[in-house]
Order: sequence, then C-alpha cells, then structure tokens
Amino acid sequence: MSVTAPQLPFSTRAAMFLRLLAVQGAWNYETLMGNGIAFAVEPALRLLPGGKNGEAYRAAMARQAAYFNANPYLAGIAVGALANAELTGQDPDRIERFHTACCSPLGSVGDRLVWAGWLPACSLMALAAFGLGMRPAGVVLLFLGSYNAGTMSLRYWGLRVGYRDGLGVASALGVPLLRRGPAQVARLTALLAGIAIPLAVRGVVGPARGVLELVFAGAAVGAVTLARLHGRVEGWRLAVAGLALFILLSVVR
Amino acid sequence: MLALQLLPLALLGAVLGLDVVSFPQAMISRPIAAATLAGALVGKPAQGLLAGAMLELFALETLPFGASRYPEWGSGSVVGGALFAIQPNATAGALTFAVCASLITGYAGSWSMVLHRKLIARLAGRMRDALAAGSCDAVTSLQLSGLTSDLLRGGALTWISLLILVPLSQATLAHWSASAELSRAVVVIAAGAVSGGAIWKIVHNTKGAPWFLLGGALIGTFLLVVT
Repeated sequence: MSVTAPQLPFSTRAAMFLRLLAVQGAWNYETLMGNGIAFAVEPALRLLPGGKNGEAYRAAMARQAAYFNANPYLAGIAVGALANAELTGQDPDRIERFHTACCSPLGSVGDRLVWAGWLPACSLMALAAFGLGMRPAGVVLLFLGSYNAGTMSLRYWGLRVGYRDGLGVASALGVPLLRRGPAQVARLTALLAGIAIPLAVRGVVGPARGVLELVFAGAAVGAVTLARLHGRVEGWRLAVAGLALFILLSVVR
Repeated sequence: MLALQLLPLALLGAVLGLDVVSFPQAMISRPIAAATLAGALVGKPAQGLLAGAMLELFALETLPFGASRYPEWGSGSVVGGALFAIQPNATAGALTFAVCASLITGYAGSWSMVLHRKLIARLAGRMRDALAAGSCDAVTSLQLSGLTSDLLRGGALTWISLLILVPLSQATLAHWSASAELSRAVVVIAAGAVSGGAIWKIVHNTKGAPWFLLGGALIGTFLLVVT
C-alpha cells in the first residue's frame, strides 16, 4: 500500500529551499555534499513521528548525512525525494540505495545543463551587452538576472518535483528540459559566442583599425591552437605564464 | 593605512569568495559581476567592468565541475577589478598587470579551497560519531563552520593579495616601457584565444552547434560594422 507524503507547511518548504542554497556549505573530500543534503532535508524530518530528535528523526538524519554528490542546482530533486521517502516511511535500505543511485544522473545532467550550458550562455550575453556599450549596472543586472532566473527556477522545480514523486522521481530526469535542454543550450551558447567574443574584444581594444584586426588574428590563431591541444593544456595557465613574461620584459627593458 | 583602506574590498572578496561554492552560488562571484562591483567600490565601475569582461573571457575555460580544480574567481576578480580601477584608465600596462594578478590570485584561491575542504573533512571526522547518531546539532554546526571558514578564507585571500599587489602594481607600472596599445593588445589576444578555445571545447560535440557558432560570428561581424 502506498502512503501519500503529507503536505508540507509553507515555512518548511521555504526553509528547505533556503537551505538548498547552502547545500555545498560543508563540501569536503570525505562526504562531499552529504552534510548539506541532511541540512536541507532536516526541516521536513521534524514532521516524523517523535518530532525533532525522536528515534525516526535521528535515524533519518544519519542516513542523509552520508556521502552524496550531485550538481548543486539539481540537488533539490534529491532533497525533495528523500524528504518524501522518509516521511512516507520507506524501507531504509531502499532510501540508502536511492541516495547512492541518484548522484550520478543528477551530477551529469546538471553539469551539462548549467555549468556547460546556462552559465556560459548568460556570461556571453553579458559580454555582448558590454561590447554594445551597455552601462556597468545594466551588464551586471542582465547577467545576474538571467542566470538566477534560470537556476532559481530549476532549484524550485527540483524540490517540488522531488517531493511530489518521491523515490519514483527518476522519471523527472526524462522531461524535455533535462533530456534535450543541454544540447539546445549548447547551440544557444555557440551562437552567443560568435556574437559576443568579437564585440567584447572591440569593447576593450577600441575601434582603432589595424590594432583590432591584429588582435582578432592573434586571438583566432591562439584559439585554434588551444582547440587542437584539447585537454592537454589549460589556456589560462599558459596565459598567466605569457603575461608574466610580458610584464617582466616591459619592466626590465 | 593601506591595510585599513583595503578592508571594504576584503569584505567584498569574502562575500564573493563564499558565493563561488558555499552560498548561494548566484554567480555574483563571476568576474563580470565581481570585478565590476570591486570597481564600483573604488569609484570606477566602468573600469571594473572592463577588467571583468577580460577575466570573464578567461573564466569561460574554467567551469566549476564537481571536485575539479579551477581558479577561485570571486576573490581573484575583486583583486583584478580593484587593481585596474585604482589606475587612470589609459595607464600603460594597468590592464595587463591587473588581469595577470587576478589570475594568480584565483589560482591561490583554488589552492585555499582545497585546504578549506580538507579542514571541513577533518572537522567532520571529529564529529563522526555524532553525525552517525543523527545529531542535528552536529550537522548544523558542521554546515555553519564550513560557511564561516569559507567567508574568512575569501576575505583573508583578498586582503593579503591586495596588500601585496597594490604596491607591486604601482612599482611595476612606474617602470613600464611597452606602449599602452601593445600592452592592452597582448592581454586581449590571450583572453580571446582562451575563450575561443573554451567555446570550441564546450560546443564541438553538439550536433549543429559549429554552424550556430559560424552564424553567430557572422552576426557579430555585422554588429562590429554597424555599431
């Protein structure tokens, strides 16, 4: 017989959402974000029989504080699902198996969607705005507004869907947003990159003919070289070495 | 005197260092926001934004996947934005020095994050019995310790970096011999190359994305001509 999870009071849902923002607050090499998951689920666990510090509560807290890793923006799915599972009295072994099993999909989908997709897309949008001469406050608001509109919605959706579906939440990972979203966002990122990078470069160098063409040519050669060295060298490390050498030469000459 | 003057920037570095991983990951710590805020604190948000745009191009290469090592952009960008904003905009070498100093601070920040994570692991080890017993106090205490120590880490890193780099920047720029144009071109070429390589790495495996990149480049070129 399936048991329906109780409706969570608004204050509990709000507390879980706010704590979700600090889910990586105690990230470490032993349990990764495990402690953060327990911290985020905790307000819901107070509704267990015996209340806070009751036997069921303590057993659930111990389970949730174990090793866990996922993309932080999709961790809400796990937090919601685990809260549901604990409040509906699911078998502890099943909860622990879910706790372990959901790490990998929530990590890989979230990383592709947010870190490799939404973040660079918003960053490039802001760079294009800078290149087109938008004022500093406008650029910062455009970047933070667009990025957080996406990620806050994702966090809220994850928590809601996770709590609604409980341990059956795996189907939520099949929704179009998560299935096709990363590829669509990658195309958007590609389009924005083509627009934003030249505009941002001009925004810094200025419109002077000759210099701008030289900079574009140098950057293009460097980009192709780095792309061909794919994975073997990090460009920013090379850049630090090159810039440090240039600074040294500029001072000692 | 300098140490006291740098305290507001250190406080900004602390808050933005916390944003990188611990709380709330709203990406206020990304260079385009962080360096602009640092520039605004010095009274020159436009210069902060210019440094931030350069650093953002580098940051496109270092995406914060899981436990991977990447520059800590929050504190690093505050340092870069502030170093560039305290100089007159046309100062030869100012952007080059600020960007290089910011990248080095970001690298030091990455190293400090590793130490921070080891510290939390040690604290978690000491609380192992309480955590295994399901103690709410232990979970909350570990969480708050992690957040507080990360705040202090970012603040200390920013403050110490600026204490070293502000005088070093003034001494370096006083002896700068390369032209302003060449100095700026060098750093922009580096940023453009790194960002171009990074974008290719992100999109080349997605079907059709290279065509979107080409289409974007055509639109970008058109905008360069008409604006």
